[in-house]
Amino acid sequence: MTSNTQLRSPLGAALGLGAAKSGVKHWWAQRVTAVALTLLGIWFVVSLALVGSFELAAITQWIGNLCNATLLALFIAALAYHSQLGVQVVIEDYVQGALKTILIVLSNFLHVAVGALGVVSVLRIAFGVAA
Amino acid sequence: MVKSNPSLTRPLSPFMHYDKWPAMFLSILHRITGLAMTAGALLLVYWLTAAAMGAQSYARAQTVFACWPVQLILIGLAFSFCYHLLNGIRHLVWDAGKGFDLKVARASGLAVLLGAVAFAALIVAVFCMRGGAA
Repeated sequence: MTSNTQLRSPLGAALGLGAAKSGVKHWWAQRVTAVALTLLGIWFVVSLALVGSFELAAITQWIGNLCNATLLALFIAALAYHSQLGVQVVIEDYVQGALKTILIVLSNFLHVAVGALGVVSVLRIAFGVAA
Repeated sequence: MVKSNPSLTRPLSPFMHYDKWPAMFLSILHRITGLAMTAGALLLVYWLTAAAMGAQSYARAQTVFACWPVQLILIGLAFSFCYHLLNGIRHLVWDAGKGFDLKVARASGLAVLLGAVAFAALIVAVFCMRGGAA
């Protein structure tokens, strides 16, 4: 055995990530989506306020705009991703064992499904398929 | 003369400091408003899906959004949105290693809370004037 001044095995030091395994990916993704949502969230509230009406025709026209449809789809995608990351942390903090894994997987399914439904709804309105 | 007691002078783990009113309350409020907006995202997608499915389902959604419990939820979501956004910026500043001074942290916490209430009131007022059913 060589003397080891850092509290880490040589293999651990070579791999560099320690027990967390995945490093800072989750943390960084949460920050990046946070910055995106700051901008997209403000756009969403201001833009929707400027529409001035919640009648179907006004909303359809709003989403029919290419720029609005793109930003709205991005907003939903970033929202679903950021929400998934946040809910995962909450589950990890309060639930242990097998139930923790089950809840995280369920939450991931739900976030992807709801996110996809939101984006497809926006596209359907944008492409004018809606009756 | 009080003897030095190592158990008293040793630094505590950072999470142990979250035991005072403003910091603890504001910290848990970030989590609560975040979860509230996860539920809010479901409402948003419901609204968009209803619009995508046509006039009949959209009319049904409009009656859902017009009833007072949902209106109350929407007001709560307006506050959640403002608070989580502003406090999120506060967190990003902390991530950059700034604003940790106790006085600054307390002042920014109070500013975020008051700012969230003010912006939420503005959003609710604008949407009440514009659309009726917010």
